[in-house]
Amino acid sequence: MTSPQAANGLTIENISAGYGQALAIRDISLTVAPGQVVALLGRNGAGKSTTLKAVMGMLHLRSGSVSMDGVTVSNRPVHARARTGIGYVPEDRRIFTGLTVSENLEAGRRPADGTDAWTPKKLFDLFPNLAPARDRHAAQLSGGEQQMLALARTLMGNPRMLLLDEPSEGLAPVIVDALAQVVKTLKQEGLGILLCEQNTVFTAKVADRAAIIESGSLQYEGSMSELALDDAVRKRYLAV
Amino acid sequence: MLTGQILTGLAGASVLFFIAAGLSLIFGVTKIVNFAHGSFYMLGAYIAYTLTEAFGASGLGFWPSILLSALAVGMIGALAEITVLKPVYKAPPLFQLLVTFGLVLIIEDLTLLVWGPEDRLGQRAPGLSGAVELLGTQIPSYDFFLIAAGPVVLGLVWLLLNKTRWGILVRAATEDREMAAALGIDQRILFTGVFFLGSALAGLGGALQLPKGGADLMMDLTVIAPAFVVVVVGGMGSLTGAYVAAVVIGLANTFGVVLLPQATLVLMFLVMAVVLLLRPHGLFGQPERAERGHTPGAGYPAAGAMEKAIWSVVLIGALLLPLAQDDFILVLATDIAVAALFATSLHFLLGPAGLVSFGHAAYFAIGAYAAALISQQIDGPGMEIALASAPVLAGAAALLFGWFCVRLSGIYFAMLTLAVAQIVWSLCVQWTDLTGGDDGLLGLWPSDWADSRMVYYYLTLALSLAAILLLRRAVHAPFGFALRAGRDAKARAEAIGIDVMHQQWLAFALAGAAAGLAGALFVFSKGSIFPDEAAIPRSVDALVMVLLGGVGHLAGPVLGSAAFTLLHDQLSRFDQWRLLLGIVIILVSTLAPAGLSGLPAMIRAFAMRRRI
Amino acid sequence: MTLLDVQRLSKRFGAVSAVDNVSFDVARTEMLAIIGPNGAGKSTCFNMIGGQIEPDMGTVLFDGTDITRDTPQKLFRSGIGRTFQIAAVFQSMNVREVLQTALLSRDGRTASFLFPARRYKGEEADELAASVGLQDFLNTECRALSYGDLKRVELALALANRPRLLLMDEPTAGMAPDGRQQMMRLVRSLADKSGISVLFTEHDMDVVFNHADRILVLNKGQVLALDTPDEIRADPAVQAVYLGEEA
Repeated sequence: MTSPQAANGLTIENISAGYGQALAIRDISLTVAPGQVVALLGRNGAGKSTTLKAVMGMLHLRSGSVSMDGVTVSNRPVHARARTGIGYVPEDRRIFTGLTVSENLEAGRRPADGTDAWTPKKLFDLFPNLAPARDRHAAQLSGGEQQMLALARTLMGNPRMLLLDEPSEGLAPVIVDALAQVVKTLKQEGLGILLCEQNTVFTAKVADRAAIIESGSLQYEGSMSELALDDAVRKRYLAV
Repeated sequence: MLTGQILTGLAGASVLFFIAAGLSLIFGVTKIVNFAHGSFYMLGAYIAYTLTEAFGASGLGFWPSILLSALAVGMIGALAEITVLKPVYKAPPLFQLLVTFGLVLIIEDLTLLVWGPEDRLGQRAPGLSGAVELLGTQIPSYDFFLIAAGPVVLGLVWLLLNKTRWGILVRAATEDREMAAALGIDQRILFTGVFFLGSALAGLGGALQLPKGGADLMMDLTVIAPAFVVVVVGGMGSLTGAYVAAVVIGLANTFGVVLLPQATLVLMFLVMAVVLLLRPHGLFGQPERAERGHTPGAGYPAAGAMEKAIWSVVLIGALLLPLAQDDFILVLATDIAVAALFATSLHFLLGPAGLVSFGHAAYFAIGAYAAALISQQIDGPGMEIALASAPVLAGAAALLFGWFCVRLSGIYFAMLTLAVAQIVWSLCVQWTDLTGGDDGLLGLWPSDWADSRMVYYYLTLALSLAAILLLRRAVHAPFGFALRAGRDAKARAEAIGIDVMHQQWLAFALAGAAAGLAGALFVFSKGSIFPDEAAIPRSVDALVMVLLGGVGHLAGPVLGSAAFTLLHDQLSRFDQWRLLLGIVIILVSTLAPAGLSGLPAMIRAFAMRRRI
Repeated sequence: MTLLDVQRLSKRFGAVSAVDNVSFDVARTEMLAIIGPNGAGKSTCFNMIGGQIEPDMGTVLFDGTDITRDTPQKLFRSGIGRTFQIAAVFQSMNVREVLQTALLSRDGRTASFLFPARRYKGEEADELAASVGLQDFLNTECRALSYGDLKRVELALALANRPRLLLMDEPTAGMAPDGRQQMMRLVRSLADKSGISVLFTEHDMDVVFNHADRILVLNKGQVLALDTPDEIRADPAVQAVYLGEEA
């Protein structure tokens, strides 16, 4: 048994979840260690986003459990999971468009355990585009800036584990490169990241390990370098 | 004179703003349309009455009493939120609405128990009991105080929402509750806090108007319609909008009294109709966001053999009922037949059309009054002509009002239908020459051939059944398919050439006509008609019947109306029947959201879960 | 041989200029793709042509007729079929019923009470379903369909009035990669067979470069380039703001 204080990251054990009658994901098990980026790959509709939502508690688990740093969170409501250190950045960003950039950050703020907490100032250093827009309403931001804000807002909660859902979707390739730099920085600072992505170029830049979901079940898990060598798997599940 | 009117209007506007601001805040965050908000306003007045009677002789006792009343109402609101509303946050919006209406009934009866039936007159505010002369008119000093209080409270609440962390979290949750939770914001605390603040504002409104208008048991539902109007005209969720709208509506109200003494509410609702036609989301409102996880509308498969067999048995039972030779049973069965038609007509809007009407009683009442007036004018076949024309007239009224209503959607549509029903109700009360006002119209009995309980029962059964079958047919006909297409995916339906608004308009008229027939049948079974038939509780009765039966099935409204009529009959034998009915409504909404027609599926699902 | 002629189309939302002076044309039987980053104005442009949003300025000519402010209903009757980015068909119906509803609308029968809708032109609905490969799903409730199949239902709906122009907003979004190519091959063959032009937006560059005859690149509401796939791929301006070095 691990002690509750151990910073051993996110552990997902045999979770199943779904909408209505149907199960969208079955028996998914994964671990993400601090400082590690795990990419969840697979086709649209395979169950990647559902997995993240189930971890976050936005979808009721039919079975299985989720724990963060040894603490079981799967019986807790969404906000309590966030408070154990899991941060979620959804696919469609869901920034608060009626709030200013600064207010969006304030909405995400939660005190950190340690002293090295994120502040708006540090985040504006990380995302220079946001600084001049701090008093503007978030609705006026471009797609790329909105993605940055969504990430910055979640970082204000000082998470130790990030769930990133399709962060590069709909962004111009040049912005995607900038985003990859940020993700690498966060990783070096010890954040664990579970990443859903379709963009293979982006994934290859940042991920350490890959897990492939097909039809709601985990089909493959391995390091990114192993996956790069395994043509059969890539052909079968990723069609690349 | 004019100055006096304007100032009175502005003073009233402040009170209206306090109520509307609370309503708007609560709706913004919880997405609940809180019918009980008027009840909180009423409680504010009664509590302030008790406190100022005890301590209000001096300013030192009076003003703290007012503030204390607001705080007490805030606590009551928070308590109601924790005990009654929390369990239904995940239920469809209509159930939340019904739960708040259950609260209205409960608070009304409790207030009656505590303070008794007499109207209460409040203390004058110490130091402000005099009047000031302005341009030759005596203006009460207290009016000036109220006029100033509006912007002050607006400013304070604005500061709270924009300059505090709590306010930022409230605004964030107003936009996207689930995302707020994912950022670690505990919504339960936020919701309770918002309910406290919103209810306290309503309580403040009630307490502050006590010196002017006193406290009575009708305040709750009298104020709720103007408050809804203010929120909708200002734009859901906008505080500034609520203030501007309160001023506009407050003035319209005052001038309504002067210009149209027969129809004081008409002017106010006309203002609302015009604003909404020009700005469908109100003066300062944003388009509604589509709610996430919205439950798909029901499909209505053709009846199977089993269903047909059950209905045949029910029908044979209904035909054989007079054999029981019991007048009371026949009266009850006639009531059920009328209610079944009324509920089915509302279900046609709620279900296949996907239009949530809060004011369906309007068309029931129009049919009823039309039938009553026609049968009074015509000797001989008065009833026959009345029964034939009532649905036509009610349908025509629905065609007229529906043209405005279907231009709006969601909560705005619901509010406009409620407003229209309030216009109809106010005409029934105030146009005494025509409608007899509160005394109603009496002595309206069936033609001689139908003037026995049995014959009239058969007549009602036959006409209700025919109309219900027609509505059922409409659901399965091309008309109903195109209607459902518009409900399921509006843009998609329009892109295959369906004029969704037109389709909804016709559905609204059809439902209105059917409700009108139910109203006409009702008149001759009771022999009289009163304005109550157009009032909010009647519209809510119909909603309760439909939801009790279940929206997802065409048999729902028939089942629901039978159950509701029988239940109502049993409960009305008790003194505190409102309290009991309120509790029943809350329990049903909380425990059986699929209604009676959904029970078989619920039982099956339960059994499946047990097996797994 | 211009079928659709878009001239100086513009739309502002508050301070944001979503579409700014955009002009282009679609020739008969041509497949024209609109691409660009999120927020470039693709969807706004599309919704203005499809009648969902009213433009501030500009005109849209369809076969020489001004259709700029026509409602979606009217566009359908003029021969323009439309599919949506997020497939949303009538969830409470099965596939056959959905298509029957479209046929009822096409034939102007939506006000009728006279007969059950389920008895209306079932065979034609079945043929329509078969034309997009849904013959095995006629009695399946739409809420139980996979996303790819839902997209096919959308396509069948758009074809119900034998259109001359198809407007497809992200026709393959949300589909598996092999399904995407299959879908576009289907569109292509339908277009060739019936002489339909197709205007579509798309994020998947494989789909765009494999299937479009010409590509319109939007950026910040303005036209950045309009040319054949090969020219677009080589265009330095497009590479800078959109495609980046990988393309």
